[in-house]
Amino acid sequence: MKNKRIGRQTLAFPQPPRIISSAAIVGDIEGQGPLGAYFDQVLEDDTWGEASWEKAERKMFEQTVRRALQKIDLESSDLDCLLGGDLLNQIISANFAARELKTPFLGLYGACSTMAESLLLGSILIDGGYADRVACAATSHFCTAERQFRNPLEMGGQTTPTAQRTVTGAGSTILADNGYGGKALYGNVQVTAGTIGRVIDLGITDSNNMGAAMAPAAADTLCTHLSDTGRSIRDYDLIVTGDLGRFGSEMFLELCSDHGIDAQRRHLDCGNLIFSAAQKVDCGGSGCGCSACVLNSYLLGRLEQGELRRIFFIATGALMSTTSGMQSDSIPGIAHGVVLERR
Amino acid sequence: MLDYLCAFVIGGGICVIGQLLISLTRLTPARILVIFVTAGVFLTALGLYEPLVEFAGAGATVPLTGFGYSLATGAMEGAMENGVIGAFTGGITATAGGVSAAILFGYINALIFTPKAKK
Amino acid sequence: MKNPQTAQQKQYQQRVNEKMPRSNVLSQCLRAFVSGGIICCIGQAVRAWGQGPLGLSEENLAAFTAMVMVFLGATLTGLGVYDKIGTWAGAGSIVPITGFANSVVSPAMEFKREGFVMGVGAKLFSIAGPVLVYGISASILVGLVTCLLK
Repeated sequence: MKNKRIGRQTLAFPQPPRIISSAAIVGDIEGQGPLGAYFDQVLEDDTWGEASWEKAERKMFEQTVRRALQKIDLESSDLDCLLGGDLLNQIISANFAARELKTPFLGLYGACSTMAESLLLGSILIDGGYADRVACAATSHFCTAERQFRNPLEMGGQTTPTAQRTVTGAGSTILADNGYGGKALYGNVQVTAGTIGRVIDLGITDSNNMGAAMAPAAADTLCTHLSDTGRSIRDYDLIVTGDLGRFGSEMFLELCSDHGIDAQRRHLDCGNLIFSAAQKVDCGGSGCGCSACVLNSYLLGRLEQGELRRIFFIATGALMSTTSGMQSDSIPGIAHGVVLERR
Repeated sequence: MLDYLCAFVIGGGICVIGQLLISLTRLTPARILVIFVTAGVFLTALGLYEPLVEFAGAGATVPLTGFGYSLATGAMEGAMENGVIGAFTGGITATAGGVSAAILFGYINALIFTPKAKK
Repeated sequence: MKNPQTAQQKQYQQRVNEKMPRSNVLSQCLRAFVSGGIICCIGQAVRAWGQGPLGLSEENLAAFTAMVMVFLGATLTGLGVYDKIGTWAGAGSIVPITGFANSVVSPAMEFKREGFVMGVGAKLFSIAGPVLVYGISASILVGLVTCLLK
């Protein structure tokens, strides 16, 4: 039963799941960024009328799934499974949102790689015939991440130039089997393959330099994917990484060129896309909401419009915790990739 | 006016030492605060900080090394007057004002205000 | 404690260290100098106020200055101004006692939603606690040595 796997880490989907809808909700600063116009909703207030940021974050997760369903006249009861996660301890945002959505739920933790991880697993469920419609989602919130991983918001101090800002945002994708005949937002955008990442740790310990910690994992996933599939980088219109940021992207491209892959001209990073240079965010955006909201608005839109035909979406995650950080452990990175194509 | 110039130069200078520690060694602010207080205590014990306080006034007492200075002078005076008991009570007695103020004003501010994300 | 590093890890870290964008230490130091100097001058003015108009004794003067500076630091933190100062000033706003006040107020504010005992109450000293632990312990040590030498 190995016929759906190619190479060491890559899975092909003979009955590729279709992406039928998506939605993205972001915070105000993300809304002011270059992609502001693409998002479904830009929050004016980062608590969204809730009593805490944690409650706002779970509301973003829930609403982004509902929104994507609404666009194609479906309800959460039409979903066979919900896959997703966030950055908070015990993924409370996703868990509590799933309580409201009342769908069968598999909670995932892949740090900022969660969006690709959920698409990968959702596609496996659908291609394997275990589900007809699956929602994949991820969320992060600047304020909840700051207080969990860094310092209180009102604490004065400077960030280092390699630091990245956690994106306040959530994105969701609705996948369906290719027999789906209902209303759809996207004509024929499919998930045709995926590459499961390995945890790679090259010993970076600075939690303000996560781009550099994750770049080796992203490069490893890309190289493995290309060798597994026998494709070249020219077979892709874009290689999109999740949240490597400016410096992480630089290291990623270097590591790729070490392996003889020139990704320079075909590479975009969601962390670089979401904020403009004028927004003082050092090296760009991060967080699992970063790749989730860029994919589910801007990138899928470009695929649908035919500007892009085939992209490799690699969401990257830094798998550290506050405990491992305090015990001066290094930061393991992971990167999962999915191939999205318009057919 | 000279008082202010001295305070500015010495106070600013002590902050530059802190900045160098942060920039070059990547110490977190919490560690910087601990290092400065402890350094203030020991420098005072060695008699090295007192001249700085005489010279710069608030320039030496406002940085956290000055908090260490108050702790150390309090403990040493306590020890001279009351022996071992004084060694234990002197430091906190001398700094009680600042610490109590931090607790009260900290608590009040926490009650009144809600933190906001940096724009 | 740490695992021995592979050649690949060492090489990568070296590469990252070489290429990493760095902050401008000179400009940071200059800003720390100016902002730290200004805060100390404010302290000096508070001192002069206590000494002159209020006529405080030399012993009370130090406590008075500390209390007023802590008040200023705490209030500016509550108003959401101190973190903005900190972005510009760096150590210039961390090292003065106003920075100590900032480190007391900011976590307490942040954890109001976790309740008033284990939230605000406990978090008041989550960052400043170690300062007191090491400062007070060191002062006791110095006091005991003084006892021995007396």
